[in-house]
Amino acid sequence: MTTRLKRAVLGLSACAAMLTMSTAALAAEEQYIPLLTYRTGSFAPLGIPWADGKLDYLALVNERDGGVNGVKLAYEECETAYATDRGVECYERMKGKNGGASGFDTQSTGITFALTDKAIVDGVAIETMGYGLSHSANGAVFEWNFPLLGTYWTAADVMIQDITKQVGEDKLKDQRIALIYHDSPYGKEPIALLQARAKEQGFKLDLYPVTAPGVEQKSTWLQVRKNRPDFVLLWSAGIMTPTAIREAQAVGYPRDKIYGIWWAASESDVVDLGQTAKGYKGITIHNSAEDGPVHDAVREMHAKGKGAENGDKYVGTLAHTRGMMISMMQVEAIRTAQEKFGKGQHMTPEQVRWGFENLNLDEARLKELGFEGIMRPVKTSCSNHMGDDWARIVQWDGNKFEVVSDWYESDKKYVDPLVKEMSAKYAAEKKITPRTCEG
Amino acid sequence: MIYRENGQFKSSYRADQQIFPIRQDRYVVLGLLLVAFLLVPAMASNYFLQAILIPFLILSLAAIGLNILVGYCGQISIGSGAFMAVGAYAAWNFGVRIPELPLVLQILLGGVFATLVGVAFGIPSLRIRGLYLAVTTLAAQFFVDWAFLRIAFFTNYSPSGNVSVPALSAFGLPVQTPMQKYLFVLIFVVVFALLAKNLVRGAIGRQWMAIRDMDVAAEVIGIRPVYAKLTAFAVSSFIIGVAGALWAFVHLGSWEPLAFDLTRSLQLLFIVIIGGLGSIVGSFFGAAFMVLLPVLLTNVPHWFGMSIGVDTASHIEHMVFGALIVFFLIVEPHGLARLWSIGKEKLRLWPFPH
Repeated sequence: MTTRLKRAVLGLSACAAMLTMSTAALAAEEQYIPLLTYRTGSFAPLGIPWADGKLDYLALVNERDGGVNGVKLAYEECETAYATDRGVECYERMKGKNGGASGFDTQSTGITFALTDKAIVDGVAIETMGYGLSHSANGAVFEWNFPLLGTYWTAADVMIQDITKQVGEDKLKDQRIALIYHDSPYGKEPIALLQARAKEQGFKLDLYPVTAPGVEQKSTWLQVRKNRPDFVLLWSAGIMTPTAIREAQAVGYPRDKIYGIWWAASESDVVDLGQTAKGYKGITIHNSAEDGPVHDAVREMHAKGKGAENGDKYVGTLAHTRGMMISMMQVEAIRTAQEKFGKGQHMTPEQVRWGFENLNLDEARLKELGFEGIMRPVKTSCSNHMGDDWARIVQWDGNKFEVVSDWYESDKKYVDPLVKEMSAKYAAEKKITPRTCEG
Repeated sequence: MIYRENGQFKSSYRADQQIFPIRQDRYVVLGLLLVAFLLVPAMASNYFLQAILIPFLILSLAAIGLNILVGYCGQISIGSGAFMAVGAYAAWNFGVRIPELPLVLQILLGGVFATLVGVAFGIPSLRIRGLYLAVTTLAAQFFVDWAFLRIAFFTNYSPSGNVSVPALSAFGLPVQTPMQKYLFVLIFVVVFALLAKNLVRGAIGRQWMAIRDMDVAAEVIGIRPVYAKLTAFAVSSFIIGVAGALWAFVHLGSWEPLAFDLTRSLQLLFIVIIGGLGSIVGSFFGAAFMVLLPVLLTNVPHWFGMSIGVDTASHIEHMVFGALIVFFLIVEPHGLARLWSIGKEKLRLWPFPH
């Protein structure tokens, strides 16, 4: 017994020693990009193509360009299963590796909240393209957060704009709009903006929370049938989206009156439903429904057996393209930083943060990158960490998503006061003195 | 030979009644405390402190709380996540509404509110027992989840329902770096573990155990079930509430009700079962098993240079973890604490086993 115990103790201590050792394994010259992902759990249908997109673009930069000005990218995934504590563990494990993490794309509003406070202390950029804390667009308060290209407030704003366009400016006040949302910080984010707009413009707003993970929505949709809202905004993700569309069919609610947020509007959400989902509308961040030269490059790379394990399976889907956009912004932040602090050198997290803050992707640059038509030019600054938000509406025709609207930009009349108010509240709560941004 | 109390004569009641009557145990505990307070902060990396030791300590504390209820008093509860949530949100509300309140007091007040809720949900235990009681504690879980999601007052009308704490400080000292946080948590855990250890061998602890072993017989010998059961619920939920406040304040910093959902309750129950029902030290073993093993399992493929996808790794981790739980329960149904006491027995006889 004693020898067995001794062996067990020895084994355990050896494991512990290896655990501490494994953190310093990578070479220092490579630029390290941690990838938080969820390929398991109820959000996996969204998480898998998203993670593949992020991975594919980074692999592409290494394969095609040999890294960023010769600096190879090192990246690895950490599975969070959308759980905040797992995400925090991943972050702690990865933040200091290999000269410091270049940035975290947390893929979860909950994890973003938890990491926002930690990132200030550790000095690591949090990149939340199209999600995260909407008020973190205020770079003066949120030095390390980058909700690039759009937030839930801009998304909700654009949805209302599209509705206005359909029913007419004067009729909007007679509309009844329902928000069906995942009952978590993610789903609650748009409420503030919708309430502000409802108050100003006089439409009626109904709120229907759905308990996570969102497989039980019968009672919600019975209420929808009873109250007959003119439009439904759907803030769902993963398994909740197809469930919602099925329930809409069951109560006979027209699918073309439903607007899904971008995380609820990817092929994986509707492809199994086929004709059932026909007419379902979603919003895309910039124009992520479009194909560009970058997709061909990724397919070419897959043909050589490099990149994500799933190969071409998800290439061209909205979630995959969005994943690539996230990685692209990350890589461009590193490149921008290199232009200021030294080309071909390893960038510290602080330098990459500067890169995020001074992104300037114009038409020509996007064309070079192969993202022409997929997104519009974007420019960030010290005070504006979101950059320019553009979005379009897509509609599922039973087989694929079609772009059905022109470009929208959120109405700053509604978004900006909220950003200002909420970020000031945050700064007061956390005792942060906002930076002064020139210009 | 070494672990033997021969020659340790107790000449006073005081000496006979101390927490660790055997000298060797005292030395081991003192040594462990020294290591935990001095050596670990000096040696451990930030990752080790922040991602492994802090969650391990806090979950151990919660498991001690649950162990008092399940292991010592025999009342099955799968609502411990709810009591953690009550502790966390109550402490946070005190912090937000009365900012002058010191941090330690906020956390203890969180425990007080968890006690109130715990006692309220413990009342059914006077009538129902066993699995039926488990179901009523499940009601606590769902009710508390619902309350913190839907009643905006509890989250101070935060639009996203997410709450977060400002930079922490206690007694004028900052609690911000991993080392400071670790020491802060460690103090709580040591104090409460010793208190719990003392409680369970006192009169009240014996009452709990009598109720656990046979409540009718306990009643016959003059133990009031109402008092015994409700005090078990009270003490248990106080400790769990404090653990919840620590989990939220120190470990997460920002949280939503999802951090304390049913999975958390079940995790705590597994910790207690695997660690050993009715054993304080078992709570630590169980928490170590639950916290360390998944982290270890995710890292194993890396050490051997295998590149498997994170999803496969995560699935393998679940399978191995499940298999290990089954294995341990078959080999030692009384948990890791039982292995520990067998080891101690053997040590007493060593080197002359019969």
